[in-house]
Amino acid sequence: MMANTDCIIEVEGLHSRFGNHVVHEDINLCVHRGEVLALVGSSGSGKTVLLRQMLGLETPAQGTVLVFGQPVHGADRNELQSMRNRCGILFQKGALFSALSVFDNIALPMRELRTLDERMIRDLVMLKLKMVEIDAEHANKMPAELSGGMIKRIALARAMALDPELLFLDEPTSGLDPVLSEGFVKLIQALRSELTLTIVMATHDLDTLAALADRVAVLAEQRLLALGSLGEVISTSHPFITKFFLGERGKKTLGNNGYIV
Amino acid sequence: MSDQLPDLGSLLLRRVTGEDGAPYLLLAGNCTLAVLERRLQTLSDELAGYATDPRLHWDLTGIEQMDDAGAVLLWRAWGARRPQHLLLRPEQERLFNRLGKTPPLPAPPARDLLWPVTKLGGAVFLLWEHLTGIVILAGQLLLDMKYLAAHPARIPWREISANLFRTGAQALGITALVGFLIGVVLSYLSSKQLQMFGADIFIINILGMSIIRELGPMLAAILVAGRSGSSMTAQLGVMRVTEELDALTVMGIPHSLRLVLPKVIGLGIAMPLVVLWTSAIALLGGMVVAELQLGLSYHFFLHKLPDAVPLANLWLGLGKGVVCGMIIALIACHFGLWIKSDTESLGAGTTNSVVTAITVVIIIDAIFAVIFSDVGIK
Repeated sequence: MMANTDCIIEVEGLHSRFGNHVVHEDINLCVHRGEVLALVGSSGSGKTVLLRQMLGLETPAQGTVLVFGQPVHGADRNELQSMRNRCGILFQKGALFSALSVFDNIALPMRELRTLDERMIRDLVMLKLKMVEIDAEHANKMPAELSGGMIKRIALARAMALDPELLFLDEPTSGLDPVLSEGFVKLIQALRSELTLTIVMATHDLDTLAALADRVAVLAEQRLLALGSLGEVISTSHPFITKFFLGERGKKTLGNNGYIV
Repeated sequence: MSDQLPDLGSLLLRRVTGEDGAPYLLLAGNCTLAVLERRLQTLSDELAGYATDPRLHWDLTGIEQMDDAGAVLLWRAWGARRPQHLLLRPEQERLFNRLGKTPPLPAPPARDLLWPVTKLGGAVFLLWEHLTGIVILAGQLLLDMKYLAAHPARIPWREISANLFRTGAQALGITALVGFLIGVVLSYLSSKQLQMFGADIFIINILGMSIIRELGPMLAAILVAGRSGSSMTAQLGVMRVTEELDALTVMGIPHSLRLVLPKVIGLGIAMPLVVLWTSAIALLGGMVVAELQLGLSYHFFLHKLPDAVPLANLWLGLGKGVVCGMIIALIACHFGLWIKSDTESLGAGTTNSVVTAITVVIIIDAIFAVIFSDVGIK
């Protein structure tokens, strides 16, 4: 299959179902290089499932998912590994390894490369920690000793450990206080100015959405309801979109960000 | 496949002499981990070589992309400070600013020289803590039973029944298999020895006594400790990790009443039944071999069994079953509630639970042997 060179992730004719419950029906999507694509939808609309399928954690019932032009299923071990090294993922609850310290959690993907020496890894880990504003004193702590917000930020540092080209974020700002959410948005913006970073994120947070997303994909009723810039999506008239973006909270948030008057 | 991957380019170094006569090092291309990965070591040495010349002007403006790993590589080559002459783009400036402000990794706490003493002391205290913990839990269960006697409507019947099914009915297969094989082996070895003395008939005494009094209860207890004990510990441990235990607490449902008591009572009821079953199947295995090896008929074997083995031995075996069952469940629940919310502790807790339960089961057996040394033996 020839891949579109501009598409970092290509989803074609994707169907997924659990037993008799249909989650997605014929979803087609292309994530362009260097953009931030936000997946939105109500709870249970299959955002996380789609994200997991892009990561190769779940196999769709039908259809293909290509990442960097390669199928996420069925590629050989080396190709899969090199693809994985170019992706970073921030799980909703962090998914830090509870048996490893903060330092070792972030160092793990670097050590797995087996090309970096230990002193360089040390510098890199401390740089990543600095990036997510975690003080050095926390480096030797275990994940069980940390608060939820810190776990999230350390998980982001781990996701960024190999400076990936493609970053998946599952609910990146849930569980962060407003100050940290704001910091998170700033951080992503700064990273994007330094590197060509492609981001796919599933989120409910309209503030993050308005600040970061180049394009928004709305999942509802088992299909891709709308795909485009936030302005374009809002102007689509569909009851779900109206309720999601133009409800009382949505109006306030989007109004503050200058999307609607 | 590799032709489909976009060309990642590479980092190019070019040393030139500038218009002002000073030496310049022009860096161009990509300075990212994905690009550098393969020649990281050689590049690191090469850059360190250049960095020894303080007059060298480093021009990084030609670099298209530089990530943290690339920046750290240069930073290390420079000896953790900026060279005197450095040309950067604004976003690179930010990157190196951040690098300059990165604190070093704090040293891990120094190792205590008294560690053998503190380790041993820690182990003793831990043992004491577990001992008191199990006693406290047992005491709590007694209080719960008193409470339930006053409020019979609150007895958790469904949980008890579910535990009875899981630890009893579902254990029948494995205990039967192991019991049968042990019976076969025991009978085969004993019959060989007995044949030498012409004392064939005593196979009934040997099998009856050893299986009903000793092997049946012990086999069942050890199998159940491994099978049900580990699952109870793991279940409670996962409930701790997923905060289900906390959810129960805030709903006002005590752990001991709803989680521990049904397990202890369930296994207390299931265990003697499993013991009976294991002993019966082991005797069956022994009987089959006795018939094949010594020609003792099944009818004769069963007819002689009550004469060879006093009834007290059966009650002793069942009594061991009740005690072992309740103790196994108690230990499993204690270690389950002990587990902290991390994966390491879950694994360690389950191991400790099974090892402790099996050890305690054997200690209980020894205590029974001493106390009832003149019961049921002719």
